[in-house]
Amino acid sequence: MPLIKNGKFADDNWVLVGDDDELPTDTPVIVSAARWQAERDALIGRNAPLGVKLEAGEAPELIADDLDRLQLVAVNFPAFKDGRGFSYASLLRDRYGFDGEVRAVGEVLRDQWSLMVRCGFDAFDVADGTKIDAFQEALGEFSHVYQATGDGKKTVWQLRHGG
Amino acid sequence: MYRYDEFDHRLVKERVTQFRGQVERRLAGDITEDQFKPLRLMNGVYLQLHAYMLRVAVPYGTLSGSQMHMLADIATKYDKGYGHFTTRQNIQYNWPALSDIPAILDDLASVEMHAIQTSGNCIRNVTSDQYAGAAAGEVDDPRIWSEIIRQWSTFHPEFTFLPRKFKFAVCGMNEDRAAIRFHDIGIEVVKGKDDAPAFDIYVGGGQGRTPMIGHLIGAAVPAVDLIAYLESIMRVYNMNGRRDNLYKARIKILVHALGAEEMKRQVEEEFVHVKEKGVVHLPEEEIARIRAYFAPPAYETLPDESSALNEAMADNKKFADWVKTNVAEHKVDGYAIANISLKPVGGVAGDASDDQMHVMADLAAQYSFDELRVTHEQNIVLAHVKKDDLFALWQGLEKAALGTPNLALITDHIVCPGLDYCALANARSIPISQEIAERFNDLDRQHNIGELKVKISGCINACGHHHVGHIGILGVDKKGTEFYQISLGGSADENASIGDILGPAFTEDEIADAIETIVETYINIRQEGERFIDTYARVGKEPFKETLYATH
Amino acid sequence: MAQHTNKRATTQAVTANRLLDGEVVYFTADGSWSDWLKDADVADGKEACAALLAKTEPSVAAQQVVEPYLFEVAVEDGAIVPASVREKIRMAGPTIRLDLGKQAASA
Repeated sequence: MPLIKNGKFADDNWVLVGDDDELPTDTPVIVSAARWQAERDALIGRNAPLGVKLEAGEAPELIADDLDRLQLVAVNFPAFKDGRGFSYASLLRDRYGFDGEVRAVGEVLRDQWSLMVRCGFDAFDVADGTKIDAFQEALGEFSHVYQATGDGKKTVWQLRHGG
Repeated sequence: MYRYDEFDHRLVKERVTQFRGQVERRLAGDITEDQFKPLRLMNGVYLQLHAYMLRVAVPYGTLSGSQMHMLADIATKYDKGYGHFTTRQNIQYNWPALSDIPAILDDLASVEMHAIQTSGNCIRNVTSDQYAGAAAGEVDDPRIWSEIIRQWSTFHPEFTFLPRKFKFAVCGMNEDRAAIRFHDIGIEVVKGKDDAPAFDIYVGGGQGRTPMIGHLIGAAVPAVDLIAYLESIMRVYNMNGRRDNLYKARIKILVHALGAEEMKRQVEEEFVHVKEKGVVHLPEEEIARIRAYFAPPAYETLPDESSALNEAMADNKKFADWVKTNVAEHKVDGYAIANISLKPVGGVAGDASDDQMHVMADLAAQYSFDELRVTHEQNIVLAHVKKDDLFALWQGLEKAALGTPNLALITDHIVCPGLDYCALANARSIPISQEIAERFNDLDRQHNIGELKVKISGCINACGHHHVGHIGILGVDKKGTEFYQISLGGSADENASIGDILGPAFTEDEIADAIETIVETYINIRQEGERFIDTYARVGKEPFKETLYATH
Repeated sequence: MAQHTNKRATTQAVTANRLLDGEVVYFTADGSWSDWLKDADVADGKEACAALLAKTEPSVAAQQVVEPYLFEVAVEDGAIVPASVREKIRMAGPTIRLDLGKQAASA
């Protein structure tokens, strides 16, 4: 599945490892929150970047204390209608100050990308055949925003008053 | 009233462009109906029984004359010559073609209107008091705060895919005409520190299949914290609201499951963090900027008493009847609030023709500072009419069949579209409303009965507010036949209550008789000065149940 | 939501809304869609009904119609009559505005 990171197609060196799969050596891995909690020490002992995948219903609080050991948090969208991940990304960035990759995986619509970027997602698993132009176009649909988020974009309310 | 600046204009125009693209992708087969549906819904486009339906937002119910003219023009050009005003203070068109909707949205944008977030699991159009800025005793104009919430909630990045739809209502005083206790979030402006506006925030009210009265969780929240507090509530809901069951996904279910105290604790914990972030959510200058748009209009200095009005009332009983029912006190001497009933006997509650919309717009320009309001009870208000002008206004209304003198009487119903239009309905509601109105057509009889709010829904979703009707009627389907269940004693105002179901349902043929029996029972047992709702509060449902089911 | 699909009913037809303008349409024996119920193909029995519904899949894929479904009908004196109030209203138009919907055109 292609990966878009920071607005460009990027190589994906991360391997998603199932809960019962053997851990590969020296490869960046993404594990479930459950596996992270069960095998925390062994995972930290590895000599490769670590990521955790949060399912809908697994709030970032679950891994908040360990975020400085993680380079990636993947947030799964089981269905595009399930918007919990928007809050998870906001919390990861704004509350916990996570500065690694926050990746949206699962069912995500084109029309959600720009909102997701505003919430702090910087990487997206996208469907085969996705064109980078479509991504850029979707992100450029709105010139201004009303709400303050962690992306630091000036809001309309700021711009009106000399920002 | 509020006017768009370059930023608001641009966002709305960009939204139309975006939607045009979405429609093109759908028609080209790039996206499926399942993927398109949430996108069209967030632009107010439904697929109903007969056709598409477009719901256009009327923010907090306030319209200019030119906006009302445009709504009429759209009805003529793209629809079938009429529109339907709803309990959300919006307007719906029942017959637009999908392929025309981008063009309709262009026309709306040209008069600073849109259909953004009028459906979908997002924050919907904010509703408010139709007497805002005109009623005596108001702490602050609720439209200022409604507009702030409108902007904040428009394309909110975090709260656009909520567990379920989310409705706000704001009122500016303790007399509640906006049913704030029956909204996901209801806000009452109260006096805070140094008499500055602050906000009592109610959470978890609603109707539908599990009606609930909202709980006060934020008392006198200061203006500077309003948006942060609302963000906190929304985040707790977005993360914890149920997503496994459509019928349990509203915030009221979460509040009920947690308990109001625990909900309050979670919101306040979140609030501490949101505030810590240090983002200025709502600059003072912005509040002042928006406030300026709602400055009082240029009232003339007039005596409170109008001899022209008194003479016209003495000369014309019909006019006097209209004044008695449809005109309310204004806070400024010499002015009055005029209600235009969209409930003529034999008509469809909330419907107005294109011609009628033009007439109302013209009368607003002439007599009410070019401004109109849509009420959640599906009528129209001209909020600032000189008493001296009331007679001329009424004559103008009469010519367009808009002078029905029945506000809050037994023929002024809230009615959902029901099975005549709605894809979700189980039974028709409009014909039931028409039968009841015919039965009580006699105006003297209506006056003798007094204030009585009948609210009719064609299914359990309760769009017709039957839970909060003094008399509520719910249409149900029993093996393909329509039946109607009656409840009594509901109220949407500051004395919020949910109606009690009386007993077995009635057929369409029986329902008007049943309502008449209930009304006669009330007449027989009421005490001096008691409205129906007062008598009900005193005696409960038993006397009504007895007379109603004894005869069946 | 109103129950409008009856899987056990014996005689059924297929209806949908046209994608472009939302018009109520009925699936006909020649595989096209008509505005009028009289043109509809009907099927008897569970399997024949499922087969009839399956035949509409290409027109969904071709963006012609939205969400086709089966609904119960009776054939009385050669005329197709819907069983439910809901489908009677869809076939005709709002019962309180006889000037609107299909009933207006056919009157």
